[in-house]
Amino acid sequence: MVAPLAILLVHAFWSVDYLTIQRSFMLENFRTLLTSDLYGRVLGRSVAIAAVVTLIDIVLAFPVAYFLAKKVRRHREVLLLLVVFPLWSSYLVRVFAWKTILGTSGILNTFLLWTGVIEVPVSAFLYSKTAMIITFCQVWLPFMILPLYTVIDRMPNALLEASADLGATGRQTFWKVILPLSLPGLLAGSLSVFSLTLGDYITPTLLGGPGDQMIGRLVADSFGMSNNWPLGAALVLPVLLIVSILIWGAGRFGALGRTAS
Amino acid sequence: MGLPLMTALVFLLLYLPLAVVVLYSFSASEVARWPIASYTLDWYRELRQDREILAALRLSVVIGLAAALIAVVLGTAAALAIDRFDFPGKHAIRFVVALPITLPGIGTGVAKLSFFSLLTWEMSRWTLIVGHATFCIALVLNNVVARLGQLPRNLGEASADLGASPWRTFWRITFPLIRPAILAGGVLAFTLSFDEVVVSFFLQGREPTLPLLIWGRLRIGLSPEINAAATVIVLVSLVGVLLSNRLLRGGARSGEMATGTSR
Amino acid sequence: MSVAVPSPSTSTARTAAVAQPGIELRKVRKSFGETVAVDEVSLVVGRGEFLTLLGPSGCGKTTTLRMIGGFELPTSGEIAIDGETMNHRPPHRRPVNTVFQNYALFPHLTVAGNVAYGLEMAGVAKAERQRRVADALEMVRLPGVENRRPSELSGGQQQRVALARALVNRPAVLLLDEPLGALDLKLRKAMQVELKQLNRAVGATFVYVTHDQEEALAMSDRIAVMSAGRVLQLGTPEEIYESPRNRFVADFIGQTNLLPVEVVAIEGDRARVRVSGGQILTCRTTAGAPVAGPATLAVRPERLHLRSELGETGGLAWNHLEGTLAETIYLGTHTQWVVELPDGVSIVVHRQNRGPAERGESLGPGEPIAVVIDPDAATLLAE
Ligand SMILES: Nc1ncnc2c1ncn2[C@@H]1O[C@H](COP(=O)(O)OP(=O)(O)OP(=O)(O)O)[C@@H](O)[C@H]1O
Ligand SMILES: [Mg+2]
Repeated sequence: MVAPLAILLVHAFWSVDYLTIQRSFMLENFRTLLTSDLYGRVLGRSVAIAAVVTLIDIVLAFPVAYFLAKKVRRHREVLLLLVVFPLWSSYLVRVFAWKTILGTSGILNTFLLWTGVIEVPVSAFLYSKTAMIITFCQVWLPFMILPLYTVIDRMPNALLEASADLGATGRQTFWKVILPLSLPGLLAGSLSVFSLTLGDYITPTLLGGPGDQMIGRLVADSFGMSNNWPLGAALVLPVLLIVSILIWGAGRFGALGRTAS
Repeated sequence: MGLPLMTALVFLLLYLPLAVVVLYSFSASEVARWPIASYTLDWYRELRQDREILAALRLSVVIGLAAALIAVVLGTAAALAIDRFDFPGKHAIRFVVALPITLPGIGTGVAKLSFFSLLTWEMSRWTLIVGHATFCIALVLNNVVARLGQLPRNLGEASADLGASPWRTFWRITFPLIRPAILAGGVLAFTLSFDEVVVSFFLQGREPTLPLLIWGRLRIGLSPEINAAATVIVLVSLVGVLLSNRLLRGGARSGEMATGTSR
Repeated sequence: MSVAVPSPSTSTARTAAVAQPGIELRKVRKSFGETVAVDEVSLVVGRGEFLTLLGPSGCGKTTTLRMIGGFELPTSGEIAIDGETMNHRPPHRRPVNTVFQNYALFPHLTVAGNVAYGLEMAGVAKAERQRRVADALEMVRLPGVENRRPSELSGGQQQRVALARALVNRPAVLLLDEPLGALDLKLRKAMQVELKQLNRAVGATFVYVTHDQEEALAMSDRIAVMSAGRVLQLGTPEEIYESPRNRFVADFIGQTNLLPVEVVAIEGDRARVRVSGGQILTCRTTAGAPVAGPATLAVRPERLHLRSELGETGGLAWNHLEGTLAETIYLGTHTQWVVELPDGVSIVVHRQNRGPAERGESLGPGEPIAVVIDPDAATLLAE
C-alpha cells in the first residue's frame, strides 16, 4: 500500500525531480515559454474552453440531476444507469461520432436543410471551437450529473419544504438552499469536467480547426513527434499547477470525499 | 422549460453519438453521409478477420483485468487504513490519491512516462498496467471509503464483543459488507482502463491497446469497421453493466457503481 | 400503567451480593486529550446484580461501559471481572457481552446468523448452536423470525435480537447502553419488566446505562449517579431517592425542593435548621452534612402536606413553614401547589388527586397557607 502511494507522491512531485536533474534545460524551456506568446495564448485558450465547457455542463446537468433525485420515483436506477452507460462505450468513437454528426453531409446539416433553417450546408460546424465545445460538453456530461445527483439525493425533502414553508419562492429556494448544499457535488463535477477538458488532445485533434490548438495537443506533440520532453514538461507544469490548486481548494469544501460517494 | 423535457433532451444528447455509431456500422458506404443509403453486415465480417483488432482487444482486456485487480487489492487496503486509523495527513493522502484521477490525463501521462524512464523501464504492457492501476486505485478507494463510512460504527466492536478476533471480524463482517463497493470499484476501474487513451498514449510499448489502435486508425480517417468494433464493445459492456448491476443488487445502490470522478 | 419498583426486601438481598464481586473498577480514569471523560471511578458490582449508571448526557456513562467491554482502555486504574484483571485483554477475550445502543446487528446476516455468531466464534457445534439460538429467541419472546434480516424487523424486535445475541453466550457480565432509547413509551415499559426478569432468570451481572431516572428507579438493584466523570452516589433506588447525598443527586432524580438553611443544632440524626425567613424546622441529617452554618435542605414535593388538608386538629405544634399561596397547577394525577415563603423562596407541594372534592379547594393566590413537613422526609445535604 505504501509503494503505490510513494509512486503517486513521486508523480506528484516528479516535475520538480525533473528540474533538479535537467535544470539547465528546464530554465531554457521556461524562457521559451515566457517569451513566445504562442504558448501563453494556447494555455489561455485551453483554460477558457475548459471553463466554458464546465459552465455549460453545470447548466445542463443541474435540472437532470434534480429531476432524477427528487422527482423520479420509479425506474430511478435504470435512468441513472442510462446516465453512466455512455461512459462504457469507447470515448474515442463517441468523439468521432460528432465528426459524423457535424460534417457537411452530416446529420445536423441534413436536419437543418430539411427544416429550412439553412439553404446550403454549413461547413463551419466542424473544425471549430464550437465543435470542440459541443463534443466536450457531451462526452463529460455524466461526470457532472453523477456527483450532483449524489448531493441532491441526500438533501432531505423536509429541507426544501421548510424553505417553501418559510415563504421562499422556487427560485429563492434554489439559490439559497439547493445550490449552496450542492456545492461539494458541483465542485467535484466541475473539477472533473474542467480537468478532463484541459488535458484532452483527442477532441482538438479530431474536431478542432487549425487555430484551435489546445495545450494537451502541444504537450503530446512535444513528447511524441518533436521528442522534446523537457519542453513538454515545462508546458504541462502550469496545467498541473492550476488543477492541483483547484483540487486542493475543492477538497477544502468536501468535494474530494464527495466524489467518493 | 419543464424538468422532464430538459431531462429528455439531455438523454437524447447523451445517446445521439452512440446511435450514430451503431447506425453507421451498418452503412454500406465508406463515407459517413446522411441519410444512410444502404445497409450491410460487411464491417462485422471484416472485423472478425482483423487480427490487429483482436490482438489489441485481448491486450486491453488483460491490462484492464490486471489494473483492476491491483486496484482492488491496494485500494481496499488503503481504504481500510484510512477508515480505521486516525493519522496526521489523512487529508493529504486522500488528496494525493485523488490526483491521478483528477489531474488532466495529459499531465499524469507525461509524469508517469518520465517516472518510468527515470527507472529505465522499457514502455510495455507492464508500464500500461502500472500506469492504469494508479488511477484505478483511487476509484476503488473512493468507493470503499464511502461504503465504510455508511456502515454503523460499532459493527466491528459488536463482532469483537461476541468473541471474534480482528481477522475473523474482517472476513465475516467487514468484507461481506464492503464487497459490493469493491466489486463496483473494480468494474469501474476495468471500464476506465479499457477505454483509456490519453495516458496510455505515453505508456504504450510496441503493441497498441484497442483504444490506441482505434486512435491510430481514426487519425487516418474512419473506417466503418471501427464503428462495428465500437458497437460490439457497447453491446458487450451493456451485458457487463447489467450483470454487475444484478450482482450488486441488495448491497449497494447503483449510484455507487456510477461514481468516482474522471480518470 | 404501573412501574415495577423492586420491593425493599429484594433490594437488600441484592445489595448483600456485593460480597461476591462480579466487576471491580479501581480508580479508573479515562481522558481523551484534554477532556476527562471518567475521573477516578471506583465501583464494585456484585455478581448477578443489576447496576445502573445514571447521569446527564456526556457524564461518562458510555465511556465507563466501553472500558468494561474492552473497547476503550483506561488511562489509569484497573478493571477486574470475577477477580481477574482485564486491563490488557481485548474485547473478544472478555467474558462480557454488550447490547449496543443502536443494536449493531449485522445487516448481512439473518436473525439466526446474528444470534449464532458468538457461539460460532466459541466453536460450539452446529446442532447445539441451533438449539441455543432457538432457546434464546424464545427467551426474548421472538420465536419464528430466524430467517429474517434485521432490516425486516421493527425497532423493538431488533432490540430483542440484540439482547438474544448477547445472552445466548451466557456471559458473566451483560452491558446495556441505553438499549431502550429508541422505543416508544409502552414498549419501553414492557421491555423494562422483561429485562429485569431476564436478569433474575439468567443470573448474569447487568450493567445498564440510561439517562432516564424513572427507568433507573424501576429496574435497578443499585444506581450509580454520575456527573462530570465521577460517581456522586451509589445506592439502592430508595436510598438515592429518599436520601440524596448532595444537591446534584437530589435535583437530578425526581423533583425536589432545595431550601437554603442555616444549621442551628444537631441531636443525633436530627437537626434544627433556620430557614432564611427565620422559621425553625426539624429535619434529618446525613453523614457528612454540615453541623453548623449554611446548608441545603432537600424535601420531595409529594412528602409535604398543606395544613388545611390535615384539618384544624393538626395543630401548630407540627413542623411547618408559613407562606402565601402563589399558584395551583392541575397535573392530572396530582395538583401542584406553589407556596411562597416570606423571603421569596418558593416551595412546591404535590397533592394526589384522589377525588373531585379535593380539587375544589377554595384557596386563591395570595392567601396565607402553611406547609407541614415530616422531619423524616427532609434531608440535610452533604454538599
Ligand atoms: N472518542 C472520544 N474522543 C473524545 N472525547 C470523547 C470520546 N468519547 C467520549 N468523549 C467525551 O467524553 C465525555 C463522556 O462521554 P460519554 O460518551 O461517556 O458520555 P455519556 O454519559 O455516555 O453521554 P450520553 O448520555 O450523551 O450518551 C464527553 O464529554 C465526550 O465528549
Ligand atoms: Mg452514551
